[in-house]
Parts: sequence; C-alpha cells; structure tokens
Amino acid sequence: MDSTRTWDVLVLGGGNAALCAALTAREAGATVLLLESAPFAYRGGNSRHTRNMRTMHEGPLDVLTDAYPEEEYWQDLLKVTGGLTDERLARMTIRQTERHVPWMKAHGVRFQAPLGGTLHLSRTNAFFLGGGKALMNAYYRAAAAMGVEIAYETEVVGLALEGRGIDSVTVDCKGERRAIRARAVVVAAGGFESNLEWLREAWGPPADNFIVRGTPYNMGKVLKLLLDQGARRVSDPTQGHCVAIDARSPRYDGGIVTRVDAVSLGIVVNRDAQRFYDEGEDFWPKRYAIWGRLVAGQPGQIGYSIIDAKSMGKFMPPVFPPEKADSVRELAGKLGVDAQALERTIAEYNAAVRPGTFDHTIQDDCRTEGLVPPKTHWARTIDTPPFYAYPLRPGITFTYLGVAVDERARMILQDDRPAANVWAAGEIMAGNILGKGYLAGIGMAIGTTFGRIAGEEAARHVRG
Amino acid sequence: MSAAEARRTLPELVEEAQRVLAICNACRYCEGYCAVFPTLQRRLSFTESDIHYLANLCHNCGSCLYACQYAPPHEFQLNFPRLLAQVRRESWRKYAWPGFLARAFDANGLVTSLATAASLAFMLLFAALLDGPARLFAAWSDAQGSFYAVIPHDAMVAVFGTVSAFVLVALVAGFARFWADTGEGRIGLEAAEPATGALGDALTLKYLDGGGDGCTYPDDTPSFARRRFHHLTFYGFMLCFAATSTATVYHYVLGLKAPYPFWSLPVLLGTVGGIGLLAGPAGLLWLKWRRDPMLADPDQKGMEAGFLALLLLTSLTGLALLAFRETRAMGMLLVAHLGVVLALFVTMPYGKFVHGLYRFAALVRFHLERRRPPPATAPE
Repeated sequence: MDSTRTWDVLVLGGGNAALCAALTAREAGATVLLLESAPFAYRGGNSRHTRNMRTMHEGPLDVLTDAYPEEEYWQDLLKVTGGLTDERLARMTIRQTERHVPWMKAHGVRFQAPLGGTLHLSRTNAFFLGGGKALMNAYYRAAAAMGVEIAYETEVVGLALEGRGIDSVTVDCKGERRAIRARAVVVAAGGFESNLEWLREAWGPPADNFIVRGTPYNMGKVLKLLLDQGARRVSDPTQGHCVAIDARSPRYDGGIVTRVDAVSLGIVVNRDAQRFYDEGEDFWPKRYAIWGRLVAGQPGQIGYSIIDAKSMGKFMPPVFPPEKADSVRELAGKLGVDAQALERTIAEYNAAVRPGTFDHTIQDDCRTEGLVPPKTHWARTIDTPPFYAYPLRPGITFTYLGVAVDERARMILQDDRPAANVWAAGEIMAGNILGKGYLAGIGMAIGTTFGRIAGEEAARHVRG
Repeated sequence: MSAAEARRTLPELVEEAQRVLAICNACRYCEGYCAVFPTLQRRLSFTESDIHYLANLCHNCGSCLYACQYAPPHEFQLNFPRLLAQVRRESWRKYAWPGFLARAFDANGLVTSLATAASLAFMLLFAALLDGPARLFAAWSDAQGSFYAVIPHDAMVAVFGTVSAFVLVALVAGFARFWADTGEGRIGLEAAEPATGALGDALTLKYLDGGGDGCTYPDDTPSFARRRFHHLTFYGFMLCFAATSTATVYHYVLGLKAPYPFWSLPVLLGTVGGIGLLAGPAGLLWLKWRRDPMLADPDQKGMEAGFLALLLLTSLTGLALLAFRETRAMGMLLVAHLGVVLALFVTMPYGKFVHGLYRFAALVRFHLERRRPPPATAPE
C-alpha cells in the first residue's frame, strides 16, 4: 500500500458493496485502493455468509424462473418494512437489480438453480454457485486482475469531514498508523453488529444474550466517525436483520447453519413456558426475520421451538441436535423450564387445535381456536413422543442504523445536502431502504446497486 | 492440521465426517458444485457406509473448500475435501481383497517403490535365466523378432496373464465388497441407465468442472488444467491398452509377430497413447507439486506420486523401447518396460489406481438414487 500517493478512489470496506464499487470505479479508469479490516481468510464482511440476491425480472432471467415484476417486489418490501422505507430509493434499487446478473457474471460470479429446500425462492432470488464466499472470491480475483490495490488488516481509525468532504483517512495497518489521501471516498464498511458494546448501548442488558450471526469485523467504526462528524443518520440502533437462531451457536460468525426451521411446525415458548406469537402466521421464509426481535423481547432473551415425532425430519436439518425426551415433563427438565407450566401450555394448545388437513406446502386449514396467541396454520397437536426442542436466541445479522444517501449514492449531511466526495453503499446505508424487517436476499440487492452507483459516481467525480 | 499429526483411524474419521456432514447439510451452499452435495442432502444422518459412498463420489476438485465459510481458521475447522480424501484411503483399505494386502495402503509410496524395484529385478533375472545374459545386450533387428529373442513370448504371456488375472479378480472383489456395503443389492438390468450415466460422468470427468468454470486446483483460481491432464492420462492409458489388445489379435489371429512396424496399428496406438501417458502424469505431478496443501491429505503424497510416477515410467520406457529397439539397448529397455508394467499391474489393486474403481461404483449409486423421489421435507 503506497501511502505517499493520492488515490482517485478510496474504498472503505471489503464486502460485496465495496468490491462492486471498486470494480466499477477501476473500470471507469480510476486508481482504486480498497481497505479491508479483516485478514485475508475472513475478507468479505457479511457477504461471505450470503447466498442469493433478490432480483427483479420481467421474464425468465438466467437461473430465475417466471417473472418477478417491480410492483410485486415493492409490495413485498412494503409489507416487511411496514412502510418504513424510502419508496424512491427502494424502487430505484429494485429496478437496478435486473441489470446486475449479467454484470456479476462478467466479473466471475456464477449462479445456480436452487436444489434442495429453497425451490420456492427460484423465482425471486438468484443463487450464487457456492454461496457468498465464492462470490467474494470471484470479485477479489477480478479486482486483483484489473489492478485494484487491496490492503487487508487495515482499519480506519480516523477521518475528517472537512469542507463537506474527506481528503484523507487515518488507518491502522497491522499495528502501524498511516494517513491515506484520496480524491473520492466510498464508504462500504458495514453496520456495527459486531460491536457488543454499541449493541448494549442500544438494547441495554438484553444485548448480552444476542449472538452475532455474521462477521466479527463489523465494529461500526467508520459509521460512528461519519455520524459524529455530520452525516445524517437513518433508522435507529435497535433495528436490524435479526433472526432467531440456535442458542448454542458460536458468539460470532455462525452463519447460515445456526438457523432453526422447525418453528412453524410446532410451538415456541419462552423461559416461563408460555407461548408468545403465532408460529403459523405465514410461510417461514416470510417470517423468519421477525423471530429474532420476538425472542429478544422475551425474558432472558430465550425461546424454545418444540415439536413432536410427527414433525421430525420435515424441515431443514439444523446443525445442533435437538433436546429429546419421551415426555413433556422430561423435556422441560432438560430445558430447565417449569415442567407443570410447559405441560399446561401444551395441553391448552392441543385442546385448541381444530381438525384439518395438514399440508406444509400451502397455508393449510390446521389452526387453533380460542387460544391466545392463536396458531393460524400448520397447527397439529404435540402428543407423539419423542418430543424435541431447539433453544433459540436473537441472532444479529446486520444493523440498520446508517448514513443517509440519495439516488446517486451520495452521502447526505445533516443540512440535507450531499457531501462533496463521499458515497455510501451496503449495510452502512441499508437503513435508507430497510427501516425494519427483512426480505431474503435484499441486502445483496442494496449492496450491489449502491456499490455500482457509488463506484461509477466516485470515478466520474475524479476523472470528469 | 499438520503433516505430523497422527493419522486418524476409520472410527475417528467417521465421527469427524458426521460432525462435518451435519454442518454441510444445514448449510447446503455447495449444492451446485458436484454430485456429493445433492447426495448428502438426501440424508438426515450418515452411516459409515454413507460416508464411504460420499468420500468416493468426491473428485477432490476443491471448490467447496474455497467457498466454505467454515473452513479454517473458522472455529468449525471444516475441511471437507481433505476429510473425504482421508476417508477414501480407509475405504480402499477396507474393501481391498485379499484383506491382508490392504496394509499396502499404509506406506504406499514405499510399497510402490519396493514393488517397482522387485518387478525390475524379477524381469531382469527372468530374462537372464531364461536365455542367458548375452542375449540381453545383443543388437537385434525387427525381422528377428527381437522382443521374443530376449524374453520368449510364452514366458511373457505366462507372467502377465497370471498377474492380470489376479489383478482382475482383486479389483472385481473390491468393487463387489464396496457395493455390498451400500445395501443397494444386486445391480440388474434396470441399472443400465445408472451405469451408462456413471460411465458418461467418468469418461467426461463431469465433476472436475467446479460447477462450470473448472475446479479450484491447484489453487483457488478455477481451471480445467487438472481435467485435461487427467484426460491425457486416462485416454493415453486406454490407447496403450488398446495397443496391447490389437497386438494380441495380430499375434494370435493374424499370426504376425512383434515388433510391428511403426505404421502398424499397435505401434501407432501405443505411440499416441504413450505420448498422452507422458504428458498427462507429468502435468498431474506438476499440479500436485503446486497444490494448495489444504486440499490434500499430506499422508497420501507418496501413494499419489508413486502411481503417477509408474504411469510416467511406463510410457517413458515404452517410447524409449520403440526408439531404440534395433540397438543394443533394446534388451535392457524391454526388461525395464516390462518391469515397470509389471509393477503397475501388481500395485493396481493396492494403490491410487483404485480411485477410478470406487469412484465409478459411487457414481452408479448416485445415478440410481437420483431416479428415486427425494425424501419429503417441508419448505424451509
């Protein structure tokens, strides 16, 4: 890394959005330096844990079947965010996704038709062959081939927004402090999800029971520097993509395998053996993203997904074996919850289940009656031993607190006007579109869209 | 994992495979790479037999290692290709026939070297004792039936016929033992499609394509280099085999005695095949030299290199024999060539060669399974 020169475009971050920006800027003729705080083996931020990108298309497109028009995509987004979104930015992002697949392929990314367990997403989401780490490997290879300079284990520790722009940033490069000068800066350094202290500030003591599903390297340092120096903020620090994951997962970086897909087949109780939400409200892919917050709201931030023998083997196999018992009482003992309370909860639930025809592939007519909260689909009695339980905790994937941007990916300052030479892409600005909730594969859609725009705009700024 | 780490026993490997497969099955990101992942996704738990099956289905292309978010240094320490490579050797040990010879897999590089030395010595003594050393160093013209002047045809047939018959029995027995363990039962006529499907996959090396761009071998850049060198090796070997077969027809049916003229079918086939069998193993050895150590079982280097070296020596001595068959070097070159071929044959059932045998069996099973409906699991 040459710290004597002035780079055309400096990219802060090393995930999908950062690489999209770096590739685009380099192709437009700019000299590009990319700073990744993680070591080589962990490069790619949370993108290394992703699997697909939600993509609009008017007809069959590559591996995507049928059509997924803008309006449907927008309605899906509107539903999960409950309106907490920016329609102009959101629709722009949605429209842009259609042109990403060929661009990604041209940069070495490969797609695949989904096989097991994810067929329902083959219309809406383009799957990366090998997943997000393979995608990041392809982008890093392409970047190296076209002469993007990449510095690993290089963390931004200081930057000054002076005169509406950034001229230089201070970095810690493997223990050595240096200043790096650039004409344009793309910030794509992620949210603050790995920063337990900040999470605790936002959530209070419950944050101690959160598990960080993704990278341990997204400490939010760049985000904090920008917010402290006059960038306009979007969303709030408690919002994020947060799913219920297996409580036995590693503190960081557990990724996809920590998921527990049994929820809609059984019931979920809290530490006091009480149910707290309709487990059968909608298909799991449409509901998995609300369960993190639901569990976060329970005492001790823990829940237990409970099923019986009828449901075993009917969902994606989780990585950790379930607790298993021949009676509800024994299961309660293993979980450390009150046995009488659990027996009562299950007895009440079983009594409320109406007869129906179970079909997990549709929103079937198996539901409860007179139960609060109800279970509106796939409600079957829990009475066939052995009984199984998976403990659940909130698993943070990424946070939504971010910097505001406009349609050209320019970072907006507190006076509502854009900064002179700063663009933002990826998690650090995802909160502009995701005020709350999550839609599978939209993180990569936002990152790719804003990454490409940021790279293009930054290069245009310096090259004219 | 270092090379110095103690070799894990089969039960230890099975336990580790069960841990790893549980992670893979919950992840499934690699499902588009090859036959291994759709196969593991059909199962919720894995028996030892399943693990042998999966291990031999794996072509060690490496794509899944570079794509893996759980690969070292991640705390899950998941190195699927290396683990399956380690299991594979245990499979080959387990199914080898006769069982006591399975020990040859332990220090296979050494075994192969000793077998080569012994075969060369045997051929030399054999030739010397049969006809006297003088004939070995004489110059013969093709017209004099030079080869058989050094080693009589019947003696050659006796040695190679016996060895080939034994090798064939050993390979068939290994295949049968592997197949019996799969629980698939007898392969009947209904298995024609699976067999042809497997043959197609094997002949094209379908699964050395990393899902499209080539496999990540010898490093993380996708490339078709390995597939190409393997094709050169395999088809080179098959052409040499065809050369020997046509020569047999020439000898017994047409009554023509070797050596044959350069433009004859056996020599042409042998020459083209020999060149393939020179370039292929050389390329594979070169790739192996540059291979990311993460991908390999460091313990099997000797076995892999030993097998490739024998293939390389087979073509090298064969071509040298062709070039110098009318000089005084012919006798020793013939002895060297036959010695190397003998070593290749006797080590066949107890070395890297068997990867093709069990890979094919696993591919047949894969095609059988593929025709069955997938086990019912609900949408996520």
